[in-house]
Parts: sequence; C-alpha cells; structure tokens
Amino acid sequence: MSKLAEALGRGEFVVTGEVSPPLGTDVTAMLASVATLGPSCHALNVTDNQGATLHMASLAAARLVLDAGHEPIFQQTCRDRNRLALQSDLLAAWAIGLENLLVVTGDDPRGGDHPEAKGVFDLDSTQLLEVVSGMNEGRDMIGRELTGKTGFFAGAAAFPEAEPYEAQIVRAKRKVAAGARFVQTQAVFDMDKLARASRDLRAEGASVIAGILLLKSPRVVDFINNKLAGLMVPTHIEQRVRKATDPVSEAIELAREQVAACREVCDGVHIMPLGLDSAVAEILR
Amino acid sequence: MIITRPRDWSRIKANLAEIGARSVFLVGCGQCATVAHTGGEQELLEAKARFESEGIAVAGWAVGEVACHLGGTRLTTRKHHGELDEADAIVVLACGAGVQTVADSTSKPVFPGLDSVFLGNVIRHGVFEERCQMCGDCVLDLTAGICPVTTCPKGLLNGPCGGMWEGKCEVLTDRDCTHVRIQRRLAEQGRRQTDVLPPKDYSKKLKPGAINLRDGRTTRSGGEGR
Repeated sequence: MSKLAEALGRGEFVVTGEVSPPLGTDVTAMLASVATLGPSCHALNVTDNQGATLHMASLAAARLVLDAGHEPIFQQTCRDRNRLALQSDLLAAWAIGLENLLVVTGDDPRGGDHPEAKGVFDLDSTQLLEVVSGMNEGRDMIGRELTGKTGFFAGAAAFPEAEPYEAQIVRAKRKVAAGARFVQTQAVFDMDKLARASRDLRAEGASVIAGILLLKSPRVVDFINNKLAGLMVPTHIEQRVRKATDPVSEAIELAREQVAACREVCDGVHIMPLGLDSAVAEILR
Repeated sequence: MIITRPRDWSRIKANLAEIGARSVFLVGCGQCATVAHTGGEQELLEAKARFESEGIAVAGWAVGEVACHLGGTRLTTRKHHGELDEADAIVVLACGAGVQTVADSTSKPVFPGLDSVFLGNVIRHGVFEERCQMCGDCVLDLTAGICPVTTCPKGLLNGPCGGMWEGKCEVLTDRDCTHVRIQRRLAEQGRRQTDVLPPKDYSKKLKPGAINLRDGRTTRSGGEGR
C-alpha cells in the first residue's frame, strides 16, 4: 500500500517533493535530485511535460524513482492524451508498481515549447478522476470489467488563493467527490486562504497538502508574477525577498515559517525547491 | 457564419506558377465571405487589380449567391463559361466549402484564395468571435448559454482550471474565465449548476458529416457523393 496514504491515514504531517524528468535520456541529474529530496519526503511528484514543455514520460520516470527506493506520485495531465491513451497508461502505471497518482488538467500548449501542438483535453481532470475511481473498482470507462483492477491513491490539484473562491472551490470539491483522496495546492502565501480551503476540502474527506515554493531570488518573484498567470507573490513577501542581503537564506527562513504555519491548518506540505534541493531538509527541520 | 481570412499571397502565386497559369477566373461568395470582407465584390476587384499588376490576366470574375451551394455555383460557372474557358485556373475567395463546390463545378484547376478559420458570431460590423464548434453534442442547456467547449481555450467541460486568477482566463489573460461566467450567470438566473458534466461523445461529430432530408435519414459518416 502507498506509504503516502498510510502516513496520511495515521495523521502524520506529510512532505512531498517534486522531480522533473529530463529532456533527453540521461536521468543522472533527475536521480541526483531524487537522492537529495527523497530522504526528506514521503513521496515525490514526477511531473508530466510540465508547463507544456517536452520531457521524458512521467510513467517511466516515476518507475525510475521507485527503483531508486523512493515513492513516486505519478502525474498525469489531460493535455497530451485522449481517453484511450489515458486509460492504457493508468493500467501500465499500476502494473509497474505506481500507487500514487496526481491528476491535473495540464497547461495549455500555446504557453509551452511546442505552441503548434494540438491540446487534447479529451477528458478534464474531474472526469479523469471518475475514470480512475472506476478502474479502482475494476472497470474501464465504458463499464467493461478489467482483468486485474487498479488501486490508486489518487489526488487532485487546487488553488486556494484564486478568486472568486466560490468558483474554484466548487470544482475542487467535485474532484474530491470524483475520487481525489488528497489535494496538492499550488504555491500558497496567504495562510488564511489556505485555512479556508483546507477546512472546506477536509470536510469533503480529502487530505490537503499545501504547496511551498522557495522564493530564492527577486528573479523568481518576477517570474512568478509575470509568467505564471494566477500566482501572485504578495507585496510583503516580495519585499522580504528583495531586501534580503542573502536571498537564499531568507527564502529558506520564509519557507520554514510557512511550513510551521501549515502544520496548524493542513495535512502536509509539497515543497517546490526550484533547484535548491539541498535546502529542503533544512526547511523541514 | 463562416469566417475566412486572406491567404498568404505568395502561396497563391506559387500555386498558379506550378501549373504555369497565366490567366485566372475569380469566384467570390455573396454570403459569409462578403460579410467577412474577404470575398465580396470589393475584395474580388482588389484581387483582380493585384493579379493584373503582377502580370496575371483576369479573364473574369463572379460573386455567386452562395459559393457552397452546388446548384447555384454550377449555374454561375455555366453563365461564365466563355471567360472560364479562357482562364488557366480559378481562384476562389470563399471558405473551403465554397472552394470544393467550385472545384466540383468545373474541370479547371481550382485554388483557395482564403483560409477558413471558424464559425463566427458577428459581434458588430467587422468584429467576429468563435462561440460554437458544431460539436454535435450541445451542452448550452447546462452552461447558461455559454459554450465551454469553444470559449474555454482548453475546452474543459468542468472548470475553472488551476490557472484562473481574479476571474480571468489563464491562457487569454484579458478575458473572463468561461467557467466563472457560467457559474455567475447560472447563479443570477437562480439555476443550479450541474454536478459534473460527463465526457463528450465525439462519435456525434465524426467526419465527414452528412444529412439527407430527402430520404428521411440522417447519416453521420460518408458523403452523399455527387
């Protein structure tokens, strides 16, 4: 059984990290990242062509994380595959030992490195979660019985700070109703908004894992505010990063404070170190 | 209506050069391409002048009533048969349906003069927006008359996606999120939102679509032939 599911079941405060498969076949750097992050984390998300940019398939990369002795969270987006491909990849994932799954819509191709690509979006993430729930009960999307069912511990994404809150919490709750047992959030800066979303999603029966982004430089803040639509660093946090004499240690201190605050309101944290993998252990200490 | 836009001129010229065409006949459309200002009388006269200035003779031109109407377009080509005989090729300033109808009405080589881009709403004169993809499986009854398949850039039935911020779309950041608009309008009308919209049935939109009212049946695949 998924150790992530077990830890959440015990009421343990969980930590998840994130690794990016390579653009190419050399997995040395990815495995180095796994070795650094792995010991601090219950599980590691393996991203699926994140930002609509080409990387090695998360299916294979997640298996490499497993082989390296750590528990992966296989990410699956709806952008690149139709319902046939999504279902066959889910069967493959379970057959090769991947137990945790994060289902997301996926960024639009026009913001990625292949802007000429056709975005598939045959299913959306809520619909795909329903498919996963069906497979966990032993049937495919059209109701046919599977020869061997899956047993995924499935999760979804949510964005606690996006307004209007009502519009997106309704959808997040539907994802939980569709089968999401945990919810990983986008980067959180406003703890009151996190607490509000956490209360609402826990009430539906999901565990909430809050996204913590390491703001290691003013450049990162600018990137988030300018390039990632819908992810705005609040001014008071921006000022701390900009005025810091040592931005990296300030970022670590900031993340430590956020993790401490998260312990009060949710079930875990998802650390996005943006290259500062070695700092993760310190943040959690 | 079908929205078209002018096609890369150098590609049209290359099409003609490839078959050694020295003279052309131009066909427009009295419906969509006239309203879109891409294939009406004025645009045909402009194209005529441009061809002539570049050394290609224009044997004649015609703006039929509806370029995609086979019977009407055959009448047009018959009416202009003398000019058509003089032309080495036909350039059609209409949508792809019009181009194919003209190609079925003559033995001359036919080339598209426009690109067809979408089924458009006329917001006001000269302003067109895509609101319907003709998916064959309408959900507007559940979405307050706002189509998520078309107006959400990702075409999500259940949204908003994780990029929505302050009610705005992640992909087209100057536009309101379709899913926020749907929820708002449903709430304003005191209507309940459907729980989860199921996956779309794409078998309702298999290519090529065909409907035959004459023999009382609807076919979804296979054309009726000529």
